[in-house]
Amino acid sequence: MKAPIHRNNESPLPPRWAQRLLIWYCRADLLEDLQGDLNEYFERNLKTKGLKRARLIYVIDVLKFFRLYTVRKPEFLNLLVHWLMIGSYLKTSRRSLVRNKLFSAINIIGLAVSMSVGLLVIAFLTDLLSYDDFHEKKDRMYRILTKNEIIDQPEMNFASTSIKAGNRIRETIPGIEAMTLLRKEFQGDARIDEKTIIPIAATWADQSFFKVFTFPIIKGDPSTALRDPYSLVLTEKTAKKLFGEADALGKTVRFDTLNYTVTGVVKDIPKLSHIQFEALVSFASILGQKADADGDLLSWKSIYSNYVYLVLPENANQQAIQANLDKLSAAENAGIQNRKITLSLQPLGEIALGAHYVNEIGASVPIPVVWILAGLAFVVILSACFNYTNLSIARSMRRSREVGIRKIVGALKGHVLGQFVAESVIISLLALLFSLGIFLVLRTQFLALAPQLDNLVSLDLSPQIILYFLALAVVVGIAAGFVPALFFSRIQAIQVLKDASSLKMFRHISLRKALIVIQYTFSLIFITATLIGYSQYRGFISFDLGFTTENILNIRMQGNKSELLRKELAEIPEVSDISQSMMITSLGSLNGSSMKYKNPQDSAGVWLNMVDARHLPLHRHKFIAGTNFRTRPVNGTETEVIVNEQVLKRFNIANRNPTKALGEMVTMDGKKLTIVGVLKDFHYGTMENKIEPMVFRYYTGDNGGYLNVKIKSTNLPTTVASIDNAWRKIDKIHPLDAKFYDDQIEEAYKQFEVMVKVIGFITFLAICIASMGLFGMVVFTTETKLKEISIRKVLGASEGRLIFLLSKGFLLLLVIATLIALPTTYLFFDKVVLAKFAYHQPIGLAELVTSVLVVMVIAFLLIGSQTLKAARSNPATVLKSE
Amino acid sequence: MKGTNLGEFEELVLLTIAALISDAYSVAICDELEKHTGRAAKLGVVHAVLNRLEEKGLVKSKLGESTSERGGKRKRYYEVTHTGKVALIKAKDVRESLWRIIPGFNLEGSI
Repeated sequence: MKAPIHRNNESPLPPRWAQRLLIWYCRADLLEDLQGDLNEYFERNLKTKGLKRARLIYVIDVLKFFRLYTVRKPEFLNLLVHWLMIGSYLKTSRRSLVRNKLFSAINIIGLAVSMSVGLLVIAFLTDLLSYDDFHEKKDRMYRILTKNEIIDQPEMNFASTSIKAGNRIRETIPGIEAMTLLRKEFQGDARIDEKTIIPIAATWADQSFFKVFTFPIIKGDPSTALRDPYSLVLTEKTAKKLFGEADALGKTVRFDTLNYTVTGVVKDIPKLSHIQFEALVSFASILGQKADADGDLLSWKSIYSNYVYLVLPENANQQAIQANLDKLSAAENAGIQNRKITLSLQPLGEIALGAHYVNEIGASVPIPVVWILAGLAFVVILSACFNYTNLSIARSMRRSREVGIRKIVGALKGHVLGQFVAESVIISLLALLFSLGIFLVLRTQFLALAPQLDNLVSLDLSPQIILYFLALAVVVGIAAGFVPALFFSRIQAIQVLKDASSLKMFRHISLRKALIVIQYTFSLIFITATLIGYSQYRGFISFDLGFTTENILNIRMQGNKSELLRKELAEIPEVSDISQSMMITSLGSLNGSSMKYKNPQDSAGVWLNMVDARHLPLHRHKFIAGTNFRTRPVNGTETEVIVNEQVLKRFNIANRNPTKALGEMVTMDGKKLTIVGVLKDFHYGTMENKIEPMVFRYYTGDNGGYLNVKIKSTNLPTTVASIDNAWRKIDKIHPLDAKFYDDQIEEAYKQFEVMVKVIGFITFLAICIASMGLFGMVVFTTETKLKEISIRKVLGASEGRLIFLLSKGFLLLLVIATLIALPTTYLFFDKVVLAKFAYHQPIGLAELVTSVLVVMVIAFLLIGSQTLKAARSNPATVLKSE
Repeated sequence: MKGTNLGEFEELVLLTIAALISDAYSVAICDELEKHTGRAAKLGVVHAVLNRLEEKGLVKSKLGESTSERGGKRKRYYEVTHTGKVALIKAKDVRESLWRIIPGFNLEGSI
């Protein structure tokens, strides 16, 4: 702070803020006078009344001077004037829209189309962000995550945890307001009487469930509803399905052989809830019926099907809870070998939209997906904004006179800026109307892409979303209009009116060229990405897995005796072979087990499928050595195992010699098994998974898993119909669940297909928008160069020469875009995206060349048609008007 | 608009300006007013009145020379305009004519 020169540095000053206040509000022409008066008084008071009083008086006087006549015309008045001007802006905007129909159409359509994608992303994000919002304690709710590290295996993160973890947390960790334990997969047929048998997807939940979650209970007491064994809480919809209009409370529902009593009815679960269920079964019932049969249920390692949710008190110390969880994990890990399990807290708000964990209980969208979508929308919108900017500046010559006159009449820089920004905002609001229509169409298309999407979000319009849409339109309008507005506001009025051509519009040519290059670079990247994605997707679904999947119908047994169905199917002539397996491989689900060879200390994870004797021949698995199962286990005593090459490699069995490995013994689940066959490696996971050790064991179960039915038929629908008939004979309740293996493989890559479709669609839009922009630029350029062309023509230039002259500038831009786009895309896919997949196709030259060709052809057509038109124009008519 | 009618305080201020001749600036006017009327004239009020008088065209103002007093800020000097003089004389006349018609006994002895 510098004291004024004339003053003695030591003499005190009036309060700074009061001085500033005065400067802020006071009219400039009165300021000096008032300041002087106040200073004089201050000096005077300083001597007579002391510093404090003097300062106080100064402040009071500053406040007292705040009068109507001293105050400068406030800013809001300027705003008001601006608002009044909007009427005039509207008028000029409308005029300029109507006068330049082509450019207006390009701008409005481009903005509308691109914004509709933006709207989709906004609606999608808004839905995802409002997941689970209805829980009253949402901000304080957490889920327990489990990190699982097994020696020799990659670390995995689970959304699920063990029952033991839940119990230990409840017993040992203080400072938790409420905790509840859920367990998934209570699936069963609810029986009311002999006729009413309805399959219901229920979840196990313990008695604190309603202390944690806010699912309003309509009937029953939330604090006791899930307390007793064999209690059942239904949703309204389920209650209606089972009991109609009758009161469900107190009624009995039978699952298998056990009776459950309905102790509560809750409101239907909102769509935007990551937990979905039709009924809740009291957790207390599990211990009675399952603990004995499955000794693993309460172990620390059984982390695959249970979920723990916590509510922490307000202002709870999360770190302290986490420290306690670490302590607990460490204590429990001491009791197990070769494995480390760690618990951590995950806020509820990060479940629906967040990192993806194994065994999610419900909806979860990984953040990168959202980033990709938002990024694509952003690029497309940006591209449309570029068009606007480009075309506006290109037309500047025509509008500069208008601006000149406005300026002469008294418009300031800010006014002109305001006018053009207002104009672009008006245009983008107009575009919003169209894009809202497109959005409504897109929405249904988007949701229909995959059933998962339809279950995930609703994309409904709410006032909040409409507000976001408006905000988007305004932002887009400002973004699109700002550069041209800035350009126009700098126009020198006199210069323009004297000689419009003196305008230095060509200074902006490099900007416009850069914008076109960026647009085309993105278009090329998009189209290449789509092509690469599509070829990878085709590659995945037609990949040679190492066994055949052709004409194999997989039927889920749904608990029925497989022998019964086999008998029925055997009578259908088109069924040529039947086998059974516990699971279907190559669809992404994996079933692990552990194996030991000679060294009892060395146990390693292997993947496992249980199959019958027909399975391997039916799927034409290739044996490198040995044979299929030779004996059928009697009384559940298995003796044989068939392994793949990786197993030999992992345990170094017989020095990896397949033939010598036959007859070697391995241990699994405490059973000694002899290797009877070695299979050539094949893909049992998706393309993201590397081929790892995998074994087949003999399937002894009779009422689970799948039947694999080989079909030899020319008329598939009839065959499937007769299979359906056969199914009905053995199961009247459940509909047949049968899918062709090839279809299932396609389904396993569904999300990939969805992504390719979405990106493909956006690519299409991006190219359209870029093409429209290019078209506009070409039209403009040829129009402005029409005279030059005519003169050249008169002087004898050929048409071809003229076309070359006009188009070479644009073609150069496209070439630059290509040079940027192709290497970028190639590197990105090669090093980042495809590196994630253990097995993928190499990126073909075809994809790269095709994309360039497509873009070039479109661009050539656009440029060619316009330049040809110009080249063919009659010089006489063009030059006459001059 | 109030027209050219002079308010009581306006008249006092205007008279003060006239009395101070070439030294009529806000603070001086305040001091002078205080001296003669005995009532505390607030700077803000005086300022407002000066502004109003100027709007009515009864005074005109100009900024003085820069001095080292007042934190280097110049003083704004006020001067009664012709209209102002006319207004003052008119006001005086009104009063005098009213005085003249008051009967001699009416005020005598009552004070």
